[in-house]
Amino acid sequence: MDLFEYQARDLFAKHGVPVLAGEVIDTPEAAREITERLGGKSVVKAQVKVGGRGKAGGVKLAATPDEAVARATDILGMDIKGHTVHKVMIAETAPEIVEEYYVSFLLDRANRTFLSIASVEGGMEIEEVAATRPEAVAKIAIDAIDGVDEAKAQEIVAAAKFPAEVADKVANVLVKLWDTFIREDALLVEVNPLAKVASGDVIALDGKVSLDENAEFRHPDFEELHDKAAANPLEAAAKEKNLNYVKLDGEVGIIGNGAGLVMSTLDVVAYAGEHHKGVKPANFLDIGGGASAEVMANGLEIILGDPDVKSVFVNVFGGITACDAVANGIVQALELLESKGEEVTKPLVVRLDGNNAELGRKILDDRKHPLVQRVDTMDGAADKAAELAAAAK
Amino acid sequence: MAIFLTQESKVIVQGMTGSEGQKHTRRMLASGTNIVGGVNPRKAGQSVDFDGTEVPVFGTVKEAIEKTGADVTVIFVPEKFTKDAVVEAIDAEIPLAVVITEGIAVHDTASFWAYAGKKGNKTRIIGPNCPGLITPGQSNAGIIPADITKPGRIGLVSKSGTLTYQMMYELRDLGFSTCVGIGGDPIIGTTHIDALKAFQDDPDTDLIVMIGEIGGDAEERAAAFIKENVTKPVVGYVAGFTAPEGKTMGHAGAIVSGSSGTAQAKKEALEAAGVKVGKTPTETAKLAREILAG
Repeated sequence: MDLFEYQARDLFAKHGVPVLAGEVIDTPEAAREITERLGGKSVVKAQVKVGGRGKAGGVKLAATPDEAVARATDILGMDIKGHTVHKVMIAETAPEIVEEYYVSFLLDRANRTFLSIASVEGGMEIEEVAATRPEAVAKIAIDAIDGVDEAKAQEIVAAAKFPAEVADKVANVLVKLWDTFIREDALLVEVNPLAKVASGDVIALDGKVSLDENAEFRHPDFEELHDKAAANPLEAAAKEKNLNYVKLDGEVGIIGNGAGLVMSTLDVVAYAGEHHKGVKPANFLDIGGGASAEVMANGLEIILGDPDVKSVFVNVFGGITACDAVANGIVQALELLESKGEEVTKPLVVRLDGNNAELGRKILDDRKHPLVQRVDTMDGAADKAAELAAAAK
Repeated sequence: MAIFLTQESKVIVQGMTGSEGQKHTRRMLASGTNIVGGVNPRKAGQSVDFDGTEVPVFGTVKEAIEKTGADVTVIFVPEKFTKDAVVEAIDAEIPLAVVITEGIAVHDTASFWAYAGKKGNKTRIIGPNCPGLITPGQSNAGIIPADITKPGRIGLVSKSGTLTYQMMYELRDLGFSTCVGIGGDPIIGTTHIDALKAFQDDPDTDLIVMIGEIGGDAEERAAAFIKENVTKPVVGYVAGFTAPEGKTMGHAGAIVSGSSGTAQAKKEALEAAGVKVGKTPTETAKLAREILAG
């Protein structure tokens, strides 16, 4: 879960990383009072989960409270790389910046541990620096058990060649930033820029945090950090029902069991679509290994409620749950939806394979539902589903 | 022979008395696994009846090993307690720990992985968030359905559970030496490379099927390993060609960021290492058949 800058800033502050004051608002008028409190001037910063907002005009200086309102008016509603700005942060203006650094901690999948990245050449061009002059970017592995203490922080500071006069201050920020990383179960904590200001202090002026949703069990507060406004309504409805659903932009609704099989189903449908007017998968929906009737009904309800969907492909491999149970689940799911008064008008192509496949297929055949067809291979069923979606397009 | 798991394996189950643990212990027993005990400190000294087979419950992994000679543990404990369960298994120096539990916080996995390293890597960890492994006709440690296929000479390693089953089913008439589901989390214990190495050294494996998916660079590194070290034929499949950037597709590890971790990049890396890569699971199975038919 990626956080907004203001949420990241709040977490930094909570763990003692030095940040500037600021508040987040969603109406321009509120910028006036905050700017007055900040001493009459402020920085208006678009809150979007995408990089490069400064270059896109999403960060503006306001010299007066009135100007803050005007800038907030400009920025709220702005589109930055496909992200609409719903909130802006009205932040304290930074003291004179002398230098800009970069520091982060993140998960290092390849080495199965954590990594620290640091550079004295932070700022907007950090990716460019990393690409063209990798020697200017220090990467230090962090042991997941030993973590980052003062000595480790000094090792990072030395590796990145921070100037002596800021070494202790940066090391201190690194220890606090590591606290944020560990205590919040983050996958990434990044400060860019970490600014050295005229007074000699270092301050985190902007940052990114991504949290591990699997750790929500020990962080009840994660719930509040979810960006409900941005979620697609179908995705939000699916989340309510604990379904693992992602909305995509095609026409063939997909339900399957197991993340890998569903990903594979998306690919197979996309290949089939190449021969059927270019239709594509409309979603990812993994109903899990279990595939009970209730979960199937919930899944079908979400997918049939998607106006983009023209046909549905149910792709189940019966493993632990046998195919006869899955077939009964599909039949019951359709009855359940019809009994709720929902009109089921989109064709369903069902492929059942694996444990008790014959029994499952017989249940579907006996039921003779006019909208359900079964095709017994994954590739064949994908082709049929794509063909039906193309015909309805 | 097979890899990691044979009929000689003595298996214990951490979390055997929970609902998932009981369900799958019953299934493992039914498929011939030699289950010698369960672990639950609150039920130590009791035993659980599985359709006539009495399985004793021990207080700790260490005690279970001392009393039974167990060399494999299958872990079903809930995600909140999984890290402690794995650490206990590592401390007891059990040779193989299969972590089935899904939804483990990645900091917990990073922590038990680092701990295993500090203890000298005496415990091979498979998973977390994986279906486990099966050596058909010999032993089954995890949740892979035992009746899909039979013993044979194909080795299978996969990030995804249901794709493992699908591939076992596609090639069910030929059979498998061992099928290993390594899991799709960002950090896992046993990797594609570990399994490839073991299959290369296994005299009972003639061909290896490797299933990957988007995210990370494990497939690219496996490709480099194959090029240098694997002489047996390898057939590959990668899921997630059409997955959009930045969206998590069910597996916590299956997320594409920027140009890295894409299915296309993985396919190209594997092909450059001489691996035949199928476009769909069915086509992949067909490639394996063609190679085995000579």
